Amino acid sequence: MTETSARAQPTARTRKPVNLNALLVEGRALVALVVIIAVFAVLSDNYLRPENLIIMTRHVAMNAILAIGMLLVILNGGIDLSVGSTVGLTGVIAGYLLKGYEMPFTALIAYPPVWVVIIVSLAIGSLVGLINGLLVSRLKIAPFIATLGMLYVARGIALLITDGETFTRLSGDPQLGNTGFLTVLASQPLGIPFPIWVMVVFALAFSLVLTRTAFGRWLYATGGNSRAAELSGVPVKKVQTWVYVASGFCAGAVGLLLTADLPAATPQGGSLSELNAIAAVVIGGAALSGGRGTVRGTIIGAFVIGFLVDGLVIIGVSTFWQQVIKGAVIIIAVGIDQVQQMLTARSAIKKAQVKTPLKTPEAVGAGA
Amino acid sequence: MNQGDVVLRAVDVSKTYGVTRALKGVNFEVRAGKVTVLFGENGAGKSTLMKILSGVEQPSGGHLVLHGRPVEIRTTNDAVDLGIAIIHQELNLAPNLSVRDNVFIGRELLTRAGTVDRRCEDEITAELMARLEEDIHPSTPVGDLRLGQQQLVEIARALAADARILIMDEPTSALSHSEVQVLFKVVADLTTHGVAIVYISHHLEEAIEIADHAVVFRDGELVAQRDAEGLDMDWVVRSMVGRAAEYDFRDEQREHGDVALSIQDVRVVDTSAGGRLAVDGVSIDVRAGEVVCLYGLMGAGRTELMEALSGRDQVASGRVLLHGVDLKGRSIGERIERGIGLVPEDRQRDGLVQLMSVGANLSLASLLGSIKRLLVSKKAETASIEREIEDVKVKTAGPGAPITSLSGGNQQKVVIGKMLLTDPTVLLLDEPTRGIDVGAKGEIFSLLFREARRGLAVLYVTSEVGEALTASHRIVVMAKGKVVAELDPRTTTRQEIMSASEGTVEASGSTTSSPDSSPIGATS
Repeated sequence: MTETSARAQPTARTRKPVNLNALLVEGRALVALVVIIAVFAVLSDNYLRPENLIIMTRHVAMNAILAIGMLLVILNGGIDLSVGSTVGLTGVIAGYLLKGYEMPFTALIAYPPVWVVIIVSLAIGSLVGLINGLLVSRLKIAPFIATLGMLYVARGIALLITDGETFTRLSGDPQLGNTGFLTVLASQPLGIPFPIWVMVVFALAFSLVLTRTAFGRWLYATGGNSRAAELSGVPVKKVQTWVYVASGFCAGAVGLLLTADLPAATPQGGSLSELNAIAAVVIGGAALSGGRGTVRGTIIGAFVIGFLVDGLVIIGVSTFWQQVIKGAVIIIAVGIDQVQQMLTARSAIKKAQVKTPLKTPEAVGAGA
Repeated sequence: MNQGDVVLRAVDVSKTYGVTRALKGVNFEVRAGKVTVLFGENGAGKSTLMKILSGVEQPSGGHLVLHGRPVEIRTTNDAVDLGIAIIHQELNLAPNLSVRDNVFIGRELLTRAGTVDRRCEDEITAELMARLEEDIHPSTPVGDLRLGQQQLVEIARALAADARILIMDEPTSALSHSEVQVLFKVVADLTTHGVAIVYISHHLEEAIEIADHAVVFRDGELVAQRDAEGLDMDWVVRSMVGRAAEYDFRDEQREHGDVALSIQDVRVVDTSAGGRLAVDGVSIDVRAGEVVCLYGLMGAGRTELMEALSGRDQVASGRVLLHGVDLKGRSIGERIERGIGLVPEDRQRDGLVQLMSVGANLSLASLLGSIKRLLVSKKAETASIEREIEDVKVKTAGPGAPITSLSGGNQQKVVIGKMLLTDPTVLLLDEPTRGIDVGAKGEIFSLLFREARRGLAVLYVTSEVGEALTASHRIVVMAKGKVVAELDPRTTTRQEIMSASEGTVEASGSTTSSPDSSPIGATS
């Protein structure tokens, strides 16, 4: 139907049109961000002060890290509702280990060093993801259902571990050799809070994974057309499993950062944060059907949400109105995307109409 | 011959998708009581024009005139209101709903109370089924019907609209010979009542049989037209391709190497049809350098065999050996690595990732070959992509162009090129020329025979006897899950192949197909 004409020079670098479209989608998130900053800068003198920008970015960082994991799942055409609970679970596990836990069958209390605590927490987060991934890829349970189930299971386990309490003894004891959790995770290298550094590292690392590794290409392919990917030899089930592991890993990291940030390990930590993560991914231009989306867009999406909510707090908008406005911004941002796509299509038609010559073809005996 | 009044006219209609001009100012007429047949290769613009006539798409330029008055057809409902109905190439049915619900979908008949008048709908549906000589109850779920019957439901839906202009875009692709004859009776009946028919089919003989008036499209332009008198295959093909499109590989060398692929007594279960055997004890050997054609009707088990060989479906019993090594338990990826890959039947569903570029689609199966230190080397990848574009002659603006910007034939070349980039020793292709124009067909077979000369073993499925005869070293005929004949294309005949495929194991005499010869069971 669509024959691209033979003016083709096979080596021509004709990437621009593709990227331009992607830029437009991300561009709208960027425009939203600029508008938000401008509006709040006018409404509040404090909004643009560096200290405030850093505080807001620290809030953004947590959601952005979750959103990066969520992006991988969404690129695959799935969804991960369990990340908020996983944040709570990993935070609680970190707190539990730092507080010291009784070894079973002995009267001993173990105080693992901080690096062990961190590794165990990240591993637990990844494990939750692995369970999600296996449920989805092997048992073919719909991602929404599988991760909804894990949302409850993980939160329940967090509550069981703490018996509903909050752990606050996180600083460790030099004599037990388990100090450092707070001094590292809540530190501010070069004046920038630790979570922001983690966000930057995660963003760069996952960006590299998505754009430069075979796994990244496989992920876009399975999200775009999993049957075609499968017949091309792509290990679609492995890809599907690993995106949930990645998401769980990101949630584990956020669990640690949140615990250090509070500083307290609460079983309710991370509640509803999965929804913020999904919103960031979607505002960042990803398609929920899979196959389309970038880390850069997702980060911008996280900034839009974070800077908006914090701005509303600063100018003293009630929490009730905050909810309404946040919801409206999500819908508007994605709505603009749709309108934009329709307009692009229409302008393409307009352009084509001008180009079409009005001469009739040299049809043999056409017309009566 | 009475010319019939012009009821619908397209004046200087053009259509552009992005940078591609699918129609370049076409003038086209539809006459009452006549069958106007559209010929043209894929991508010539036939379907685009039909979509414009039926309100699916809007023209980028030009306009439509209905009964002498300019009209704008904004939606398919507009078209139906104006008496224009279309039977689409792809089935647009809801498999979970009944035949009756599908026939009346979007135009439900209502009782006075405002509820759906099922009884009345049932009656009309039953009448339509009787007219199409199908014994299908109106409340049967469409999903339970075989493909050919589903296509008849699609046709019934258009008939129910009581249209004055009926557009049929490839209505017979899944129909058996006898069902086609019934459809033609219905068409003849409609034309005597003054209905204008627009008919598109890749089945040239069939289309010539039914035509009152023939129109040929090429590259988005109407290039030739004539009445039924003197209309023959030769004229159609010449007008379609603008040159003689002949390919004949019967004289290809026949000294083949060792057995590359050995299929031994393979059985495959059709899980969607309650454990029926889709493939029932098939044994085929394919040698290096050999091109073997697997011919059969739809539902003969060809696709199931191919998918099992590729590793997507399980082989229930029997063995598949690749150069003597059993492939049992190997994943699709492992099989591709060992040198056997499948070019699937449905390009859009199984072959391409529509969101990705031409280049990314080409390199998808061979990406691991371009890995340097964990990352995909842009240089290595681009080099192999550009080499392959050159090699399989993909017409594209470049590796970065969206895959959807290509014509069907070029998309198919990309799918084949993707598998060739994995350096296969055995290539499986399921209907590699489906929905592709004559010119591209020849190119694709040239490509396959070129690779065969270099030692590739090729096993491909086709439903076209002509292809089997002219483009293979050996023809294996399948029917009802079994191999029923092995024929030499140099000595066999059209009749012999077709009657073998009807499933009567002694392939003798009778070439007329009985209703029983239609594909059996679900062909999902």
